[in-house]
Amino acid sequence: MTIAFPKPDEAVLARRKEIVEGLGRLVAPEALIVSEDERRAFETDGLTSYRQMPLAVVLPSTTEEVSAIMRFCHANGVKVVPRGAGTSLCGGAIPQEDAIVLGVAKMNRVIDVSFENRTARVQSGITNLGISQAVAYEGFFYAPDPSSQLACTIAGNIAMNSGGAHCLKYGVTTNNLMGVTLVLLDGTVVEIGGEHLDAAGYDILGLVCGSEGQLGVVTEAVVRILRAAEGARPALFGFERVEDAGACVAAIIGAGIIPVALEYMDKPAIQICEAFAHAGYPLDVEAMLIVEVEGSDQEIDDMLRRIVAIAEPFRPKTMKVSQSEAESAAIWKGRKSAFGATGRVADYICMDGTIPTGQLPYVLNRIDEIVKSYGLGVANVFHAGDGNLHPLVMFNTNVPGEMEKAEKAGEDILKLCVEVGGCLTGEHGVGIEKRDLMTHQFNATDLEQQMRVRGVFDPGWLLNPAKVFPLEGRFAA
Amino acid sequence: MTVHTPRDEQDASIVIREAADKGTLLNIAGNGTKAAMGRPNQTDASISSTAMSGITLYEPAELVISARAGTPVLEVMRVLAAKGQELPFEPMDYRSLLGTRGDPTIGAVAAMNISGPRRIMAGAARDSLIGVRFVNGRGEVVKSGGRVMKNVTGLDLVKLMAGSWGTLGFLTEVTFKVLPKQERMATLVIRGLDDNQAIEALSMALGSPFDVTGAAHIPDRDRRGGSTLIRLEGFRVSVDYRMNEMKRLMKRFRFMDILEGVGAEALWQSVRDATILTDQGNRAIWRVSTVPAKGPDLAAHVAQALDAQWFYDWGGGLVWISTPLDGDAGASILREATRTHGGHATLVRAPAEVRSTLDVFEPQSDAVMTLSRGIKASLDPAGILNPGRMYAGI
Repeated sequence: MTIAFPKPDEAVLARRKEIVEGLGRLVAPEALIVSEDERRAFETDGLTSYRQMPLAVVLPSTTEEVSAIMRFCHANGVKVVPRGAGTSLCGGAIPQEDAIVLGVAKMNRVIDVSFENRTARVQSGITNLGISQAVAYEGFFYAPDPSSQLACTIAGNIAMNSGGAHCLKYGVTTNNLMGVTLVLLDGTVVEIGGEHLDAAGYDILGLVCGSEGQLGVVTEAVVRILRAAEGARPALFGFERVEDAGACVAAIIGAGIIPVALEYMDKPAIQICEAFAHAGYPLDVEAMLIVEVEGSDQEIDDMLRRIVAIAEPFRPKTMKVSQSEAESAAIWKGRKSAFGATGRVADYICMDGTIPTGQLPYVLNRIDEIVKSYGLGVANVFHAGDGNLHPLVMFNTNVPGEMEKAEKAGEDILKLCVEVGGCLTGEHGVGIEKRDLMTHQFNATDLEQQMRVRGVFDPGWLLNPAKVFPLEGRFAA
Repeated sequence: MTVHTPRDEQDASIVIREAADKGTLLNIAGNGTKAAMGRPNQTDASISSTAMSGITLYEPAELVISARAGTPVLEVMRVLAAKGQELPFEPMDYRSLLGTRGDPTIGAVAAMNISGPRRIMAGAARDSLIGVRFVNGRGEVVKSGGRVMKNVTGLDLVKLMAGSWGTLGFLTEVTFKVLPKQERMATLVIRGLDDNQAIEALSMALGSPFDVTGAAHIPDRDRRGGSTLIRLEGFRVSVDYRMNEMKRLMKRFRFMDILEGVGAEALWQSVRDATILTDQGNRAIWRVSTVPAKGPDLAAHVAQALDAQWFYDWGGGLVWISTPLDGDAGASILREATRTHGGHATLVRAPAEVRSTLDVFEPQSDAVMTLSRGIKASLDPAGILNPGRMYAGI
């Protein structure tokens, strides 16, 4: 437990009753959560080792209510922690004792779908999968697919610029977002972008996407929807050496093939996931690739033939093309349940750094050395096409000191990612988890410039203020 | 007027810091091929990236290229092509439209977020731009993003720099995600459709699972028909298959043929560069991004009031319109059209005296303008970088 929270503002804590009453005048009684028991459901997110009890929780139903709440908090100097479904893996939605949680989960309607324009306008509390389900009857889907897509909201996806397993072809949230309704801290409602491409003026949409709830609260979004491919089929390749798997990835891309997904799992990850999902993963290899291609049957056949030919010189020990829908589903179930399955055998923390893919073998060896030096184990699953790593550093919470060791190992891994030319986080966000590592990726000038831009939206550090920027060195813009 | 040509970002930083101290207003430039775009602004000196040229990193297997801002776009394209790759967003070349010469720079592609027909499939320049280095208005060297395509570390200043027209910083180095150049390109050309039928056909194509990478419609002069273009790219087998399916999907249209090779490439280049409009001499040219299905109605609205010529890209979502230069060059009609149909219009070509009297870019809501002024001040507090090039006051 090494990450600090700012000291709560005593004056705000002392005014709790008055603040709750003020909020009570803005929303229906059932939208305001005050009792300790009920607030407890909001004290953490996907980073469950950290908890903070919020002052109160409001769950508004309209943009107007969000605006009124923001205006009230702004006028009264109350901090606001925006929240979608609370699945953040970096603590992006963890509250503070002197902050209210503003949850958008009740605002979960689809407002309008246009298949001819290939757009959907939704309220921001809708789940990621909910959007795809709402447009599936015409064969369309919303492309970014984070593993938590069943639960996570588009509001959270926008806040974190979430990715997923298929972003090699379809891009991440920022590439699929066309507009937002954004409520600023002073309650102003701003429309940015819309059903057309490329907003006029500065790309405020691009700035808001990935800003981790520090610039405003998104209440509606216009997203791009796509017609799904006719079919998709994954293939498995098992290798005896990590280097061969890495070289195979480079060779596939070098041959001009961009598979829709290109996933890597190492031996510990294969074993953990196979035990859980019975996906038919090879257990006797050091590294495995899941390569998925899309299209009609004949396109898929052609593409997989090319990929098999590319893989052969790297002497894969296993090559298996999925033969049925059920087999494909099992292959993906194994990969998508990697975090959950690991959770069954150990406590873990999941890192999310990205590296240049050419550094893959070196980085994987170093990760192994780092984790071993702390006496811990690691399972690696990641998006190999884009170098977004997910080392799961495993530990036992019941052994005193192990979690701290795991956190240290995680830190060392992220520093390594930056050292080889990558970054601290590819898709999970900075949150509180990586906040204090930001100085490894950015120098003081870089961070100051970001804080100055942040200050345009929230000069007094009221919006999700414990996150992203190291507590030291902050300034009022 | 003094023209500074810094050799590296340290040099640039010195120039800009001094300008900030003295309040010297700087024109931000590359080779000046697009100097005649945007609002004409008054500056005291110019800072150009032309002495900062060269590719600094290219890893084909990682699909990433970095270049100093002054590197010619054509050089970047040549280097990529040698490894069978390309800039996915197909950047437009404005030289024919503007009648300029010289080498457009890669920095301008980022600074102006310049994309082409493939934008509908592969995203805009801003979607492929994964890292920038720039000097802000304080003279500080700032970096954002990096060389990896998945990166959510910190605020995304990369997006802010893309399309900011040099008003927020002087770009020194840009990094793009690239993609393999496709093995084969084929275009289905449907003839004889009016605007509404054409956009409906393009919507159908874009809503199909066949990965359309270009969707344009060029109306005939008499407006009763035109050429509707649907482009497919990929491996040979795949393009064959998808083209067959596409023809089946479009079977209710009678006049179809398939265009490939040099002719097809030239045609798409004329769509990309909007040269379809340039034979019209001394007229204003507008670029309108709107809701695709509303494209035809928007064009009709403009044509009712003005002697307009136009064509569509992006499945109807991008309408290039030429209007007479008289009066306000059509500005009030265009602004009314975007207000009622959604989207935004930019006056791409008009003489400086016209551009100086009206809004070149779509006017923004008060709330967005307030944010934009704040953003400008946070990067360029002295207001010395390309002041007024996009909007008055930023």
